Amino acid sequence: MTTSPTLNFDTDWSYAPAPETAAVDIADHYGLFIDGHFVDAKSGATFDTINPATEKELATVAEAADADVDAAVNAARSAYEKTWSKLPAADRGKYLFRIARLLQERAREFAVIESMDGGKPIRESRDVDVPLAAAHFFYYAGWADKLGYAFPGKDTPRPLGVCGQVIPWNFPLLMAAWKLAPALACGNTVVLKPAETTPLTALKLAELIRDAELPAGVVNILPGAGATGSAIVNHPGVDKVAFTGSTAVGKAIARSLASTDKKFTLELGGKAANLVFADAAIDQAVEGIVNGIFFNQGHVCCAGSRLLVEESIHDELIAKLQDRMQTLIVGDPLDKNTDIGAINSKPQLEKIEHYLKLGSDEGAEKWQPDSSLPDQGYFCKPTLFLHCAQSSSVVRDEIFGPVLAVQTFRTFDEAMTKANNTPYGLSGGVWTDKGAKVFKATAKVRAGVVWANTFNKFDPSSPFGGYKESGVGREGGLHGLKEYCALN
Amino acid sequence: MTPDTDTIVDTATDTSASPRLAVAKTYKLYIGGKFPRTESGRYYKLFTGGADSGEVLANVCLGSRKDFRNAVVAARAAQPGWASAPAFLKSQILYRVAEMLEGRSSQFAAELVSMGLEPDAARQEVTAAIDRLVYFAGWADKYQQVFSAVNPVASSHFNFSVLEPTGVVAIVAPETSPLAGLVSVLAPAILGGNTVVVLASHRNPLSAITLAEVLHTSDVPAGVVNLITGDKPELLPHAASHMDVNAVVYADDDPKPLVALREAAAENLKRIAVRKNTDWVSASAADPYAILDTQEVKTTWHPIGT
Repeated sequence: MTTSPTLNFDTDWSYAPAPETAAVDIADHYGLFIDGHFVDAKSGATFDTINPATEKELATVAEAADADVDAAVNAARSAYEKTWSKLPAADRGKYLFRIARLLQERAREFAVIESMDGGKPIRESRDVDVPLAAAHFFYYAGWADKLGYAFPGKDTPRPLGVCGQVIPWNFPLLMAAWKLAPALACGNTVVLKPAETTPLTALKLAELIRDAELPAGVVNILPGAGATGSAIVNHPGVDKVAFTGSTAVGKAIARSLASTDKKFTLELGGKAANLVFADAAIDQAVEGIVNGIFFNQGHVCCAGSRLLVEESIHDELIAKLQDRMQTLIVGDPLDKNTDIGAINSKPQLEKIEHYLKLGSDEGAEKWQPDSSLPDQGYFCKPTLFLHCAQSSSVVRDEIFGPVLAVQTFRTFDEAMTKANNTPYGLSGGVWTDKGAKVFKATAKVRAGVVWANTFNKFDPSSPFGGYKESGVGREGGLHGLKEYCALN
Repeated sequence: MTPDTDTIVDTATDTSASPRLAVAKTYKLYIGGKFPRTESGRYYKLFTGGADSGEVLANVCLGSRKDFRNAVVAARAAQPGWASAPAFLKSQILYRVAEMLEGRSSQFAAELVSMGLEPDAARQEVTAAIDRLVYFAGWADKYQQVFSAVNPVASSHFNFSVLEPTGVVAIVAPETSPLAGLVSVLAPAILGGNTVVVLASHRNPLSAITLAEVLHTSDVPAGVVNLITGDKPELLPHAASHMDVNAVVYADDDPKPLVALREAAAENLKRIAVRKNTDWVSASAADPYAILDTQEVKTTWHPIGT
């Protein structure tokens, strides 16, 4: 059943380009940020960071190894003992307010660099990533001198010491903010590693932190790949580990910390079910499904990558969804018309393409819109897999791309059983116009974040994190503070 | 053999005036609301007064991996129903457990003495256990209010974070505080809607089994608490690696097994809570933050508007 004539936006309806024109300053080379200074790696090693939309190099970046990690942890330890933990709590807060303000002042620059380095549409980095990053610093800044109110029945908590933080490439600046702001507010110092494909905004943030005159060594930023992350996590001078990334790496970190008493928080993978009941507002649900899986090219741990739709509305919903997908513009991340930008890296594109083939091989029906892709760069069409079996790899595995697996259900209980039939438990979505059903369904989904009649909303005051194999601990909000404190 | 029966002489009916022959209790496991023997048929001898030999106090089940797995199946089956029981009901049930324990306090004290505790220490164990249950019974319908949040998000959404039980929890009970210690780790886990499998104290297992009898007659639904006696070093790896166990609360004083426990638990990211070096009788062991060890924070977003 089709609800409207087939749409073809590739004719007279095509949009004129609307590129973001803000000039940005990207240096040819970036060093490691240790003890308040940019320095090269002791080994001299560097790597290139490229623009995934053009495959052109943006800058070379120093790559940290064990000796650099050692220096950074020592700087963080010294800053922790000599300055940061001695500072009046209100002053810690004021430094964080400064960072938030400077980030707001330079928001456009950060947005453009984020889109260039990571491939995400400028509309998203401008309207979501950068404002939310600034809001995170603003939110936790205010907590710094109010920690005595955070934990009923307990005294003002103590900081943990030096935090080792490893962040992913899907929200490079925002994840840095999620990690740094609560750690610093609670009085810890930090060694942070951005992802190897997206180091630039973290390094620009280091410049900004220096401009904010934060005491040297309080924040240290070490670009690098897995080996650098491992060196930070396993450094004996690190008291607390925070990691966002894949479940496989998260488990490896949990194992490697088994013989230590380091605290850790893990934000890992997901395979969220987006449940659409027959009594949902269908057009609204279609928008939510699109936002759930195609936001940020599907490079979202909490993406709504499984669509569970009540059987009676399946055909109507899918027809409307396909019509909507025909209108999605895949292209230049810096174009303000773009809905879906570049896939973050070549290996990630290859992984997604592997699943596109696997889904078909395993019997699901692949559907893609007619839209065209740019000739250059790493791009992928938004994709549906229809009539998926529960055992299909595109239903089981986190693909981390714009790929939606569709299944149906007949009863409420079947919907919940299918939704929870996964080792993940990061997020979920529920679409229904019945208020009582919203609360019943959101309570039954075994996941840390559940969106009712919306999807992929974030806020610094809203705790985020997973059940089961999607992670340990929470980030954001009051509950995010506990991960960076020791309670007496 | 059991402590409170071997000295009882009923002279009214015993015309020969010779001591009445005591009836010994068989101590078994507690799984899914039943008291089975270990499927393995194995046992270990517990000697009176905690001695290494001498008078046999009980033949205690040496629980097996299969027993543990059966207990997890029972715990998983009971978990959704227990989680959805009203907080007020959970509170009343925990209070009922305290009432029942109070009524049998002399039996528990005598049993603790039979395992080697000094009489004073035994009485303290029992009264602390009762008071701890009353304390946590009161938390069952309050922790959610204290630890939840309504979050003031910038967008037009009603956003709130509540606690939900982690699921099925394995509890490694304290070795030396077999009643107060056990209750102090058991109560915070179950009052929050988790179901549990307890690995009881190896040296002092009898209180745990007798506590199971109390739980069984206090309206704690079958499968909510399951209890295995046996050899902890043998059973712990099974608990650590079981893929349908969501969390492990480790309250044994021996830190050595922790590394292997954490390594195995990483396979499905079980939450690990370590409660160590605690004086279980003292009020310091009554901390509502222990409830959080087996809770997950769920955040729900709900649009405001049309």
